[in-house]
Amino acid sequence: MRIVIASGKGGAGKTCVTASLADVWGAPLVAVDTDAEAPNLHLFLPPQITEKKTAFLDVPNLAPEKCVHCEKCRNICTYKAIASFAGRITLFPDMCHGCGGCFAVCPSDALIHAERELGELCRGTVLEGSVRFLMGRTRIGESMTPPLLRQELKLLADMLDAVPGDALIDSPPGVSCPAVTVAREADLILLVVDPTPFGFHDFRLAHQAFLPIGRPMAAVINRAGADGNAEGDEAVRRYCREKNLPLLAELPFEREAAEQYASGRLLAELSPAWRTRFENLRDALLAMEAPHAAKETNHA
Amino acid sequence: MREIVVISGKGGTGKTTVSAAFAHLAQNKVICDLDVDAPDLHILLDPNIRETHAFVSGHKARIRHDACLSCGRCAALCAFDAIRLHDDGYAADPLRCEGCGVCAHLCPAKAIDLEEQHCGDWHISDTRFGPMVHALLFPGQENSGKLVSLLKAEARSLAREQGLDTVLCDGSPGVGCPVISSLSGASLAVGVVEPTPSGRHDFRRVADLCRHFRVPLAVIINKADLNEDEADAMAEDCRKNGDVLLGRLPFDPVVTRAMVERKALTEFDNPVGNRLKDMWSALQNLNVRR
Repeated sequence: MRIVIASGKGGAGKTCVTASLADVWGAPLVAVDTDAEAPNLHLFLPPQITEKKTAFLDVPNLAPEKCVHCEKCRNICTYKAIASFAGRITLFPDMCHGCGGCFAVCPSDALIHAERELGELCRGTVLEGSVRFLMGRTRIGESMTPPLLRQELKLLADMLDAVPGDALIDSPPGVSCPAVTVAREADLILLVVDPTPFGFHDFRLAHQAFLPIGRPMAAVINRAGADGNAEGDEAVRRYCREKNLPLLAELPFEREAAEQYASGRLLAELSPAWRTRFENLRDALLAMEAPHAAKETNHA
Repeated sequence: MREIVVISGKGGTGKTTVSAAFAHLAQNKVICDLDVDAPDLHILLDPNIRETHAFVSGHKARIRHDACLSCGRCAALCAFDAIRLHDDGYAADPLRCEGCGVCAHLCPAKAIDLEEQHCGDWHISDTRFGPMVHALLFPGQENSGKLVSLLKAEARSLAREQGLDTVLCDGSPGVGCPVISSLSGASLAVGVVEPTPSGRHDFRRVADLCRHFRVPLAVIINKADLNEDEADAMAEDCRKNGDVLLGRLPFDPVVTRAMVERKALTEFDNPVGNRLKDMWSALQNLNVRR
């Protein structure tokens, strides 16, 4: 089962929950960080990296001697990555989305396949080799995150094909293209909710954004029971009830928990009570798997 | 005119909390929420919407089954794996379609339409702190970078029209397309960071991004007492890199309380708000006008 841990709002606790769940999972698992603009899972699950590779996007480069100036490439490019000045084709590879349209229409083989560096993909293991690890990290200055994420998710599929297991996938924040790129590969989406006014607002946005994907969703409240915010907690519970969104756990607000996180340690290692909370959350997630697993069998 | 953008790298470090305080303190400004993906500033500022405009950007492919020859060329060409064969013929998955239009251009039967996308709405509003430009991308929509550029252009022109000299922007997390658009043309970035392993890692990336685009950076270490050693290390990073350290804020429940009461921290007397006032004054002495 591929579980995507998402949130809408940044800082809700996605990475915290992912890392501690990985710690208690106890079955073949890949821990995946797809928050490629700000990847943090490796800071809580220090990996043994076994493979690091640079990821590239296939972009065009011009062979001017072959160009017949038909401008077909410019006309098909919707991203303004190809311009024509004074009868000369000029390329802006940073704007390219890699759709391949220019290659498809060039009548004279004047476009050569070149590469734009998107970032890096790292593979390895965490938790004394017991859990496989995968992380993407964008290059600073690269504006497009989804192409790297698509390659990362492809790599994850290969890893799960090679050695079957579950995947816990730490998602990018927000509800636009990076988050949706990851969420649509999920078998189950777990929304980590910060029950503050900001967190509740962004949680609802995330829930609405992911509904069309048509995968089961569940929620977990992080930092529940904060002083003076009983209403915030209750608002999340009420929303979950109204939307039939299973609320699998409420992780309490504790200064010690914030400090544990701030020192880079796992919440599941803070105390037996915290460990039990994550074991219960794991069991609740696995209990949701059953219907989907049956569907997978039908596919096969 | 000066343009100040509040960013963080990591989400949840306190960008919007700081932005709201600065929006309260700044004179002669337009407020702009550039976190179009998950905007929160309006929750504190309670804007009175004056104008609403549709944000139409990008396209999605739609295959007309009556004209489709089922040749499969579109599916073979699609670099995003968005076109698949279903029981009733080929169809483009709107969640995967990037709107590049290659399929429509090259369909031999001209059976593919590119439909313009209404991705969200943007607004010009009045708030108790002054005029505000903000937006909301519809859930799951794309082109956040373009919307950020549009909001900034609108905020600048509003400032010019009303003779205001500051545009104050709440940014989005990460270092990707919306953040890069936010930094374009900015006179100063304010980095709100937290002294956690994640906060420090992501702050380094956003600091690199500011250097990459030559935008000066001033730093606020939020929740500093959660890990004083890490906060010291971050202060040292600032010194080494020549970034301005505006100061530190404590981890204090008053921040959540202010949010619950829909107030900026500087609107009532509390230690965090008072420090933010000092930081705003310090910021006035930085030479960031352009």
